[in-house]
Amino acid sequence: MNQHDDSKTSLGFWIYLMTDCIIFASLFATYAVLRGSTFGGPTGEELFSLPFVLVETLILLTSSFICGLALLAARRKDKKQTLILLGATILLGLAFIGMELNEFTHLVSEGNGWQRSAFLSAFFTLVGTHGLHITIGLIWASFLGIRIYSRGLKNIAIKRLFLFSLFWHFLDIVWIFIFTIVYLMGVAL
Amino acid sequence: MKSYISGFIISLILTLTAFALVSQHVNSEHQALPHNILIPAIIVLAIVQLITQLVLFLHLGRENKPRFNLTIFLFMLLVVGLLVGGSLWIMANLDYHGMHDKNVDEYIIHDEGVHTH
Repeated sequence: MNQHDDSKTSLGFWIYLMTDCIIFASLFATYAVLRGSTFGGPTGEELFSLPFVLVETLILLTSSFICGLALLAARRKDKKQTLILLGATILLGLAFIGMELNEFTHLVSEGNGWQRSAFLSAFFTLVGTHGLHITIGLIWASFLGIRIYSRGLKNIAIKRLFLFSLFWHFLDIVWIFIFTIVYLMGVAL
Repeated sequence: MKSYISGFIISLILTLTAFALVSQHVNSEHQALPHNILIPAIIVLAIVQLITQLVLFLHLGRENKPRFNLTIFLFMLLVVGLLVGGSLWIMANLDYHGMHDKNVDEYIIHDEGVHTH
């Protein structure tokens, strides 16, 4: 299993990831245009809690890192370690999505849902789309884990784990920009 | 293994640096660094982290020739640049109200050469 086989297997998936980047880019552009249109409602500075978001960011970064370690363990054919690391990836992902849902319900319960202003519509669309990707990734990873557990580390399972790791690293990269553009710049400006 | 660990540590440092810059800025009531330095600084930190993770986590550019992944990535960057840059450019120019600003009226008066008296 060398790098070359991987890149052949993953080309189609890579093209999908790149088009997904374009979706996120258009949502970022929408957010950037609408970020000041608060319609008399609260601005990002009043709504966002930076320490909370920093914890989310660190959880997702750690999850992305551990996912890479899971892939390395799978290539060493170490089934037990792969499953432990994949489980840790999923748990951290669940913690992340739990924190995000907590933030969303908090905002909505205070009357600052997506109907409040164009800024909040753009915010929920951008951050929610990322959260949806994370949720789908968690379901995918759970099925991968069950397959590896029941059928062992076959080559096809390692390839699928490799594709999942690409997806997961990609989502962490998108989050860097959400962290910077939405949260850090929202509070700093 | 090595690439994942160094990627993780570099990303951690970059994230914490950006966070520290902004929280210091907020704690000093927006006095610590002027906006025209702070905002480019955190964007540069994000881009450095993007490159770090692309190379060390996604192993971009380490494939054999022909580098399809890299080519597609560069094409994506072109599309994203046109999309984001073009959107912001047009929205800023097309309609002053597209970009929210407290001083919209002043800008219109100033830019259009309107004299109010």
